[in-house]
Amino acid sequence: MSKILQEIQKGKILVSDGAWGTFLQQKGLKPSECPEEWNISRADDVFDIAKSYVDAGADMIETNSFGGNYFKLKNYGFEDRVFEINKAAAEISRKAAGSDRFVLGSVGPTGKLLMMEEVTEAELYEAFKEQSIALEAGGADAIVIETMTDLEEARIAVKAAKENTRCEVFCTMTFDKIIGGEYRTMMGISPTEMTEALVDAGAAVIGANCGNGIADMIGIVKEIRLANASIPILIHANAGMPHFCDGETTFPESPDDMAGNVKEIAEAGANIIGGCCGTTPGHICKVREVVKSL
Amino acid sequence: MNELLIKLAECIEFGKINMASPYPPQMKGQEGADEITRRALEEGVPPQDILSNGLMPGMERIGVKFRENKVFVPQVLMSAKAMSTAMLHLKPHFLSGAAKQKGTFIIGTVLGDLHDIGKNLVGMMVEGNGYKVIDLGTDVGSDKFIEAVRQNPEAVVGLSALLTTTMVNMEKITREIKEAMPGTLVTIGGAPVNNDFCSKIGADNYSPDPQGVVEYLNSKIA
Repeated sequence: MSKILQEIQKGKILVSDGAWGTFLQQKGLKPSECPEEWNISRADDVFDIAKSYVDAGADMIETNSFGGNYFKLKNYGFEDRVFEINKAAAEISRKAAGSDRFVLGSVGPTGKLLMMEEVTEAELYEAFKEQSIALEAGGADAIVIETMTDLEEARIAVKAAKENTRCEVFCTMTFDKIIGGEYRTMMGISPTEMTEALVDAGAAVIGANCGNGIADMIGIVKEIRLANASIPILIHANAGMPHFCDGETTFPESPDDMAGNVKEIAEAGANIIGGCCGTTPGHICKVREVVKSL
Repeated sequence: MNELLIKLAECIEFGKINMASPYPPQMKGQEGADEITRRALEEGVPPQDILSNGLMPGMERIGVKFRENKVFVPQVLMSAKAMSTAMLHLKPHFLSGAAKQKGTFIIGTVLGDLHDIGKNLVGMMVEGNGYKVIDLGTDVGSDKFIEAVRQNPEAVVGLSALLTTTMVNMEKITREIKEAMPGTLVTIGGAPVNNDFCSKIGADNYSPDPQGVVEYLNSKIA
């Protein structure tokens, strides 16, 4: 069992990091640029992001590899550099994390739909395998498969990471609150359905990321906990839905807003709490303070 | 109403592509959109009727169910697949002028954004509701949109973005389209955008779902 899981078993609530994409943009990432290529050409800037979350008090940090799979990198002509780019992503975060914090190798969806026959199961498996192996080679402690909406793709990703690395495999999906107040992914998957399928596929930690803000995450955590009493739950919440003002997007939930929900989300059953789009080291710092006081 | 068209509308609504398709389970072994459209044409049903009274009601029903969260993306994609299969039979009749589409809709995912699921959904829904759709793909900048509007001056433009980091590009694209081709209507959509954003960037319409785009187009064009 990995150290992360041991800590959770001891009853500790762990703090994860905040946004990467919106942070890279602040550092000058242009719309047409490949964010993951910065692991090679702008490694110092990527390191700064990782380091700022370490300094904010996160127990674990992700890697700049969300779009690092074969299919996403192919859009930029980098499909032959999957190993190099993902290994570098993990090395940068490893360097920032040191030996006493955890590195979560980020794996996002391919953007290809199985049901529309845009891709085969074997091709998906191969892509997730290739990326996971590279993240492990760069020093990732766990692979976090995130922002998934299709259960089949999520399941294939979990299996590919699990069967080809020694990393623990985490998986979070993105849910919306639908009319009637239930939660579903874009593809119609409920937190309950996710829980059964991903635990079965071998995920060590499951949960939700992105979405409409941390308050909605409470309901999602409750549903997962009801479906499974023991599986560790990870939440990476957005700082709400973005607002647009003077040519820039801003996110409505302040560090204090986010921190204000942490106690309730932990009581609902979350074991790891961090941020997604729009969250900053300031958010993570406040989350850390609340977690410390629990 | 022709029996065949009622059946065709059902095939579209429930995503029954052809007889061989196992989906949806309750229609297994029955004829699908493919066979029924072909048969309707053979029996002399006017192509316009097939579009207006077969495809469009089916697409509208699935569009409304999607908006009401009664179905999700997979069901809509199956409907769209059934619709495209039927469209293949109708295309020659649009080209010959025997059947007319309501107008033209230009759609693309904005610069910097490579996501196309939402954009494709909207494109397919709009096409199934009787419009010609020009799909410019993903990562599309102002130039390409403007060029397409020049070639189709009456068209309405749809901009899509999934990311909180790319939605900002909608502002520049909307402004430049309107500078180059004044009077062009721009409708926007995508997970991070909303009405407030729409009015701030000077776009004409925001739709949270594909059916909303269809209704907007119907109110402006048809």
